[in-house]
This record gives sequence, C-alpha cells and structure tokens, in this order.
Amino acid sequence: MSLIIVDSAGPATSVQDAGRKGAQRYGLTTSGAMDSLSLAIANALVGRDKDAAAIEMGPLSASFTARKGGVRLSLAGADRVGRVGSRSVWPNESFFLEEGTNLVLSPARSGMFSYLGVEGGIMGEPVYGSLSVSARAGLGSPYPRPLRAGDTLEVGTAQPAESERRCKLAPATNGPIRVVLGPQDDAMTPEAVSLFLTTEWRLSPKSDRMGYRLEGPRLTHADGFNIVSDGNVAGSIQVPGNGQPLALLADRGTTGGYPKIATIITADLSRFAQTQPGGRVRFAAVPIEEAQQEARAFAALLAGIASRVEPLVKGIAAGESGRF
Amino acid sequence: MTSPHPRLLLSGDSALVVEFGDRIDPELNRRVLMLDALLAREPIAGITETVPTYRSLLVHYDPTRIGHAEISERLLELASRESEPQRQGRRWRVPVVYGGEFGIDLEAVAERAGLTTDEVVALHSGGDYRVYMLGFLPGYTYLGGLNPRLATPRREDPRLETPAGTVGIGGVQTGIQCILAPSGWNLLGRTPVRTYHPHRDPIFLMEPGDYVTFFPVPAARWEALERAAEAGDPVAEVVAA
Repeated sequence: MSLIIVDSAGPATSVQDAGRKGAQRYGLTTSGAMDSLSLAIANALVGRDKDAAAIEMGPLSASFTARKGGVRLSLAGADRVGRVGSRSVWPNESFFLEEGTNLVLSPARSGMFSYLGVEGGIMGEPVYGSLSVSARAGLGSPYPRPLRAGDTLEVGTAQPAESERRCKLAPATNGPIRVVLGPQDDAMTPEAVSLFLTTEWRLSPKSDRMGYRLEGPRLTHADGFNIVSDGNVAGSIQVPGNGQPLALLADRGTTGGYPKIATIITADLSRFAQTQPGGRVRFAAVPIEEAQQEARAFAALLAGIASRVEPLVKGIAAGESGRF
Repeated sequence: MTSPHPRLLLSGDSALVVEFGDRIDPELNRRVLMLDALLAREPIAGITETVPTYRSLLVHYDPTRIGHAEISERLLELASRESEPQRQGRRWRVPVVYGGEFGIDLEAVAERAGLTTDEVVALHSGGDYRVYMLGFLPGYTYLGGLNPRLATPRREDPRLETPAGTVGIGGVQTGIQCILAPSGWNLLGRTPVRTYHPHRDPIFLMEPGDYVTFFPVPAARWEALERAAEAGDPVAEVVAA
C-alpha cells in the first residue's frame, strides 16, 4: 500500500464513486460523483471500473504527496493543469507520482469538478456499496467528511511505466441542457413553463453538491407552492415559493414538498454539474423517448470508456486542453 | 367519470412516479405500500430502487434494461390490482424527553392549542402513529395520526440547526428527525432513539407501514439512554403488532 497525503484542498474535495444505491427509501440519498462521465474517464485511465472511487475536487487549487511508494493517478473533469516537479499534468491523462513527490493542481479555468483516479484504488469500508462521502449523513470512507490538509488515503502502490495513457473523447457540446417536463409541471402556470424554457438562467453562487440554484424571472405556481412530499431524483428541478428553480443533484434530499417542473436528462447531468457559478444555462424540453435514447447512448459511452484509452505519446498530447 | 388515479408522472428518463392521490391519507399510503410490496414479491427486471412516500411510489429504473412504454404498462397493471395482504407493520414504543431544553416549542404549542403542557404531552404520547414514509434526510420518520388539536403550522423562520432525535410537529404531521438539520417544525421533545445509525446493524430501524407510540421519560434518564443508543442499542422496543 502507498499513501496519498492531502497537503491542501478546497472545501469541495471528497472521495466519491458512482454513489449509494438501495437506501433512498430510508431517506439516505445516493451522493456520488457530480460528473459521472469524468469519474469514468479518470478510472479508465488507471485501469479501474468506471464506477470506482476517485478524489473529487471543486475548482480551487489542491495539492497531494505520495508516501510509502509510488502511485499512478489520472486527472479528468474541469479544465486545469497540474504540476509534478517540472512536469505538467493535463486532464484526460494518467501520470506517475513518485514516492515523496508532490502534485500541485491549479484552480480550474473552466468547469467545476475534477477527478483524480487512483491505480489500485482507494481503500475504504463501503456502506450500501459505496465509499462516497455524504457529510450530512456522516457517511463516506476513509473519512465521513470532505478531505482536508493532513488526511491520509491508503491506495494501491504503482510502478513507473514506459508510457502513460490518455483518453480521447469528442469535446462536449454547448447546447441547452435537455429536460423531460414533469412530474409536476402542471403545478406551474403554462406561462411559467414556457418562461422556464426560454430564459437564460444564471447559476447562483449559493450552489453546492446538494443543488444548483438558478436566478432569473420568477416562475409562478398555478395553485400554491406546497405539494404533499414525493420523491426526488438527480436532476429534479424544483420550484420553491420564491419562484427560482433549484436543480437537485448528488446530495439532494430523497423527498421534497415543492413542485418539480422538469428533470434534467441523465446524458446532460455531467455537463450541467460542470457549470460554474455565474454561468448561463438554457433548458430545452425533449420527449421521454429521445431522453431514453440519449440515456442508453450515454450508458454505452460510459461502459465503453476503457476502449478510448490509448498510450500517451509525449509531445503530441502535451498542452492539449481537457474536455471542458 | 373515472378516477384520474393511479397515474404515472415522468421523473426524468430513469424514474417514474406512480401517484395514487395528492393528499395525506392512510388509504392512499396503504395503496403505495401495497404496490411497493408487490414489486418486492414480483420484481420487474430493470427496476433498481423504489421510494414510497405519502401518496406516491417513486420507481427508479435502468432505461438500458426496460423502456418507458413497457414499464408504464406493467406498473399501471400492478397499481390497479386490489388488496393483496401486505406485511404486518411492527409497533415501536419510543421514549421521549418532552419540553424544557429538549423541546423548546412545547409551551408555544400548548399556548396555541389552549392546553397545558402536560395535556399536550398526554395527547402526543397517547397517539397511535403510522409511519407514512422515511424521507428527505436519513431516518427522518414522517408519522400520521396526530391529534388535530395539536396541529401547529410550521415556523415562519425555520431554525438553521435542530438536534438529532428531535420529535416535532409540522402542520398535521409529527415525526422523528434523526440527524442534526435545519427545520421549521415545532420541537416538542427529543428521543434518544436513532432511526438511523450508520454504525449499527440494522442501520435503519423502521419501515414505512410500521406503527409508533411515544412514552415520556424524565430528563434524568437522557444521558444513559443516549449512551446506550450511541453504542447501538435500539432503545425503542418492538411490541406485539
């Protein structure tokens, strides 16, 4: 076993995998990576299952040191660079961190969340099949809270290799975030639904892993803003009394008492989660059949992500920017 | 005219809401739990998780395994099936320290209801409550069956932090909040019982469809009960259903 020591980290740094399944009926939410595509890429680059645990980081700078042996890491997600001594580290690439050396990640230039994949994995005790941190529920392993300076992660030991790896992906599109209307779009006025779909929303700084708040014109409820609580999913867009939509994400409550005007489609959730505060977002409604076609294509992309990993040829990839 | 329920609502590309109504009503909740039990007995391949609430069942599914049209048809068929016997709910006796620092809104609830605090405690602990759902936060237990005289609107200024184990009233509902969290409910007391304890087997004590009664315990017993609960003792007892 090698160790990864956290030298410094922003507040949104935590161990996350594909999330916790099977306990939403008890009020325990899934948590898990905000950007499941980037998680899959980070894992594929170090030979791990797409759903395995990685270190999720917000957009602030961070730094880590390898101890008791070398480690192989990968970077995916937000557009940022890292440095290991005099070497640069880029998104969608793996790299080797020798014992005693240190990785320094600059703040993200665009995007929100990055993932450090770890060859051999992060050691921990899963609960409901997951190591994901849910700070409110006191769950997550090895630490049931976000990571902070001084924390130590036990990880697989790796050996230097002749070449590192890269993952080739088409760049993400910039189109509107697609939604399926409902389950309670009928609790809003028809004008509110049309306003929701034509407005360029601004992402509020008061956004986190629980949900992203959107600022714009006030959406009007047809008949009050309280409903008898029903279930939430990742991507549920609820409209509370103030008429400003709130998109519920990984650390959402499992149920809620505000009408939900629409749900972000699975294939667009990762891209939505990478929107920075102050960023602009538009929504477009698609029929359920199209949403499911996209969901199946997205699932196939994740399942086949390892086939997009190839040896990194120095001098060609260097300097190329990430997916975001 | 035929009833609009049960009806299916879209909750994105990987979940459907089977809605039996839009009210808090024991009969609606019974049908929700019946469908949930039916799906446990006769699973539909592709369903990954179900979440019962007061009046609807959220069904998570994997669209790579079953499509919207097929699952809709099968859920509607199951939802309209009539009364199969469901699991007999367990009955829990839950200790509560009412009032004082444990229930800072007891006096306000009493005043509003025109009752003494002792009468509020007697009415609240004399109730027979049904677990309608667990939701929002881990182990948050929503109970139906509150004496209407105790109904108290939620606070206009929700508190940013209310302690784990809080037993409160929000409108016509009462419930047990298991972890430290913000809340707009009126706080009657605290129970040492942990409906959620990540380091205990079982992690969750109660199921939707269970029943709960409360009994008052003196503040002097809090520390011992709390310590036992922390160590993994359920503290609540199951009595014959």
